[in-house]
Amino acid sequence: MKVRLVVNGTPHELNLDTRTSLLDALREHLHLTGTKKGCDHGQCGACTVLVDGVRINSCLTLAVMHEGDRVTTIEGLGTPERLHPMQAAFVRHDGYQCGYCTPGQICSAIAVLDEINEGIPSHVTERLDGAPELSADELRERMTGNVCRCGAYSNIVDAISEIAGSRA
Amino acid sequence: MKFDTPATTNPIDRLKVVGQPLDRIDGPLKTTGTAPYAYERHDVVADPAYGHVVGAAIAKGRIQRMDLAAARHAPGVLAIVTAANAGTLDKGSFNTARLLGGPDIEHYHQAVALVVAESFEQARAAAELVRIDYAPEPGSFNLRAAAGSATLPHENDITGPAETHVGDFTEAFARAPVTLDETYTTPDHSHAMMEPHATLAQWDGDRLTVWTSNQMIAWANADLAKTLGLPKEKVRVVSPFIGGGFGGKLFLRADVLLAALGARAAGRPVKVALQRPLIANNTTHRPATIQRIRLGAERDGTITAIAHESLSGDLKGGGPETAVNQTRLLYAGRNRMTAMRLAVLDLPEGNAMRAPGEAPGMMALEIAMDEMAEKLGLDPVEFRIRNDTQVDPENPQRPFSSRPFIECLRLGAERFGWSARSPRPGQRREGQWLIGMAMAAAFRNNLLMKSGARVRLDKAGRVTVETDMTDIGTGSYTIIAQTAAETMGVPMEQVVVRLGDSEFPVSAGSGGQFGANNATSGVYAACVKLREEVARRLGFNSREAEFSDGEVRVGNRTIALGAAAAEGEIVAEDFIEYGDLDKTHQQSTFGAHFVEVAVDRATGEARIRRMLAVCAAGRILNPKSARSQVIGAMTMGAGAALMEELAVDTRRGFFVNHDLAGYEVPVHADVPHQEVIFLDETDPFSSPMKAKGVGELGICGVGAAVANAIYSATGVRIRDYPITLDKYLDRLPDVA
Ligand code: FES
Ligand code: FES
Repeated sequence: MKVRLVVNGTPHELNLDTRTSLLDALREHLHLTGTKKGCDHGQCGACTVLVDGVRINSCLTLAVMHEGDRVTTIEGLGTPERLHPMQAAFVRHDGYQCGYCTPGQICSAIAVLDEINEGIPSHVTERLDGAPELSADELRERMTGNVCRCGAYSNIVDAISEIAGSRA
Repeated sequence: MKFDTPATTNPIDRLKVVGQPLDRIDGPLKTTGTAPYAYERHDVVADPAYGHVVGAAIAKGRIQRMDLAAARHAPGVLAIVTAANAGTLDKGSFNTARLLGGPDIEHYHQAVALVVAESFEQARAAAELVRIDYAPEPGSFNLRAAAGSATLPHENDITGPAETHVGDFTEAFARAPVTLDETYTTPDHSHAMMEPHATLAQWDGDRLTVWTSNQMIAWANADLAKTLGLPKEKVRVVSPFIGGGFGGKLFLRADVLLAALGARAAGRPVKVALQRPLIANNTTHRPATIQRIRLGAERDGTITAIAHESLSGDLKGGGPETAVNQTRLLYAGRNRMTAMRLAVLDLPEGNAMRAPGEAPGMMALEIAMDEMAEKLGLDPVEFRIRNDTQVDPENPQRPFSSRPFIECLRLGAERFGWSARSPRPGQRREGQWLIGMAMAAAFRNNLLMKSGARVRLDKAGRVTVETDMTDIGTGSYTIIAQTAAETMGVPMEQVVVRLGDSEFPVSAGSGGQFGANNATSGVYAACVKLREEVARRLGFNSREAEFSDGEVRVGNRTIALGAAAAEGEIVAEDFIEYGDLDKTHQQSTFGAHFVEVAVDRATGEARIRRMLAVCAAGRILNPKSARSQVIGAMTMGAGAALMEELAVDTRRGFFVNHDLAGYEVPVHADVPHQEVIFLDETDPFSSPMKAKGVGELGICGVGAAVANAIYSATGVRIRDYPITLDKYLDRLPDVA
């Protein structure tokens, strides 16, 4: 089945099996392998991408459901020569080890800061009638869908906090 | 280079590059998603077919009938590999169970077929159509029930002796005025690394190349060749990036073998990733243990008797979880014994996971030490200090190469604010929270392994390092570059590091926290050879030549390093090998973990609020990446303390919670800010780098520190991990 996706600003027209997940469309068909498959079951967050600016697990959605959608993957954020500020912060804070969860963490982190900016509350937000705080606990709660078995969490939160601080 | 006398001053001691907290050189690749992992090698193979693995649905028994007809005729299917059509297969020397089962089944989810199709979706759909009739047989799936049939494990270098006896434990224990005799249990654990085991295989005639995810290239190479009945030289294993291993990727696993067989059957390259729900049962896991610890002490806290016994299980032909070994070395005590027992279980294969032996062993021993300190009325830090030993307690002629254990304990206590701790549990409250503070020792041995490398110098003065060493998140790329930069006197930007390829010299590989020290020593050895050749070509005496700032200097004569390669690239290769410094001296790493928890006094929910580890592990080659190793290990240890458990179905013989939803690992919300302090130390007995392993030290003891902190908060002592709230909820102090 034909589907058109705009990935990192570039339009693509793909002819896909209807069973193909958005994740596999990216990895196997567009060869954008920066987005990782950790579980294929929505349990780990390694496949996190931004669809029309909102973070989703790309393994849990079929590509054909995204006709015309704008998808941003890790490749769309920066390159090794020109890192996105969040990518650079992950490098500075050693917010990764094996690197396999890392693209998902970074995509999630960027979306989390937007969500806080937009005033969307989380499970740990104390008051619903004001802007959520940019506290470490808020970040931890909101990042919890992104599992890092290497256990880089403490450094990841430091990296995001640095970027959050410079934005605020 | 043979390392058989303690290191003296050498180029590494300049510490211009080594020892600096540099960012990882592979960081830009990893953070942009451009580091290529095994399943992503569109750059090397254009159009691979996809393999989907079928796992056995019984734990033990036989396949009676396999009906492949429907699967074979499904759209896109190219081939189906089973034991019946795969030809004669041997078994890898590191494997206990065969990687392709049938007709006999040795464990649940043992691979029994690979369906190869044009697309991933087609392979997955066709695999659903494979019909298998089994004749199950009863098996042994319950460790406690199998205890009576357990025997002494087979002894080797890794397991150590099945039993040890020093002095007369029984008598000393009977006479001791203060004693403890308790049993602790740890469950089966899953590595649960984020990247599934994955392989892309390509045949070129009778030559096979696999791009895979493996910690030990030479082992994978040898075992893949052995399994397929090929000479090693015909097999190439490539694994430059590994999405986590933790011991789960030490060995050849089913993805590699099946990709190779699938590619042969389909006549084109095939890639296979183990589906997440298969991983827990198909691959290896850390075996559960039942540990009995007995301690006897004088009233002043001097340990006079110490015994540690451990029972674990594995498939027939497998080995024990060596949970007693640290107890032979960590504390003094004249009368001591350890014993291991191994039961045959028909559960999936048990094997190494991050700090095998010490991780579960310290989880038990360090609760026991906390309990004993309380019985003695001693501070737990002071109790450990009183029982420090600077020599191998079984063999007092044999000193530790370095053992700043007491310094770790004291510094940790000071930095953590230990003096604020209440010696009686259940005393500190903050609103709804019961607050507990506790500690545990950390201990893990330092292992010496032969390790090789090749270095190349080009006329631009660029140094390229090639070794089959792997980077599993440990920072190998970076510390190897630092080693080469320091030794050759060039900036980091002038070093290229190429890892994880069986065409490169064999290294120590990644395991047992032996990678960093040994692999960098191998690189150092090769660089020393390169320096000699450079000096020779430049007409310098290599002893006098000084390598720095991209130049070689003798007296006031200075020549650019690259000039030595003006006529062509210079290649040097060497390895580090060791004499008996690890026999004459016990080489270990030490630390102290401090943890503060809060337990909700109504719901029992436990939150870790603070964690500190103080580590002594010789020279720290890169404090930034080493710190990451330690916080990662602390996180995994926190998981073992609070949530991780493969639940065994003891009737059907498998791990029930075999995915990342059922097998819980720590997530962001579970982990507070973590602090790590490294003692400023070098160990000249370990290697020319004077470094020791650190990647596993951080997991050793931390689980017990969490357990002890929950006791400190609640007054409820739990000896069965994981410490989930159902085990203590009914015994929490009254909500007044
Ligand atoms: S791969 Fe999508 S959540 Fe794990
Ligand atoms: S960096 Fe390895 S899983 Fe997060």
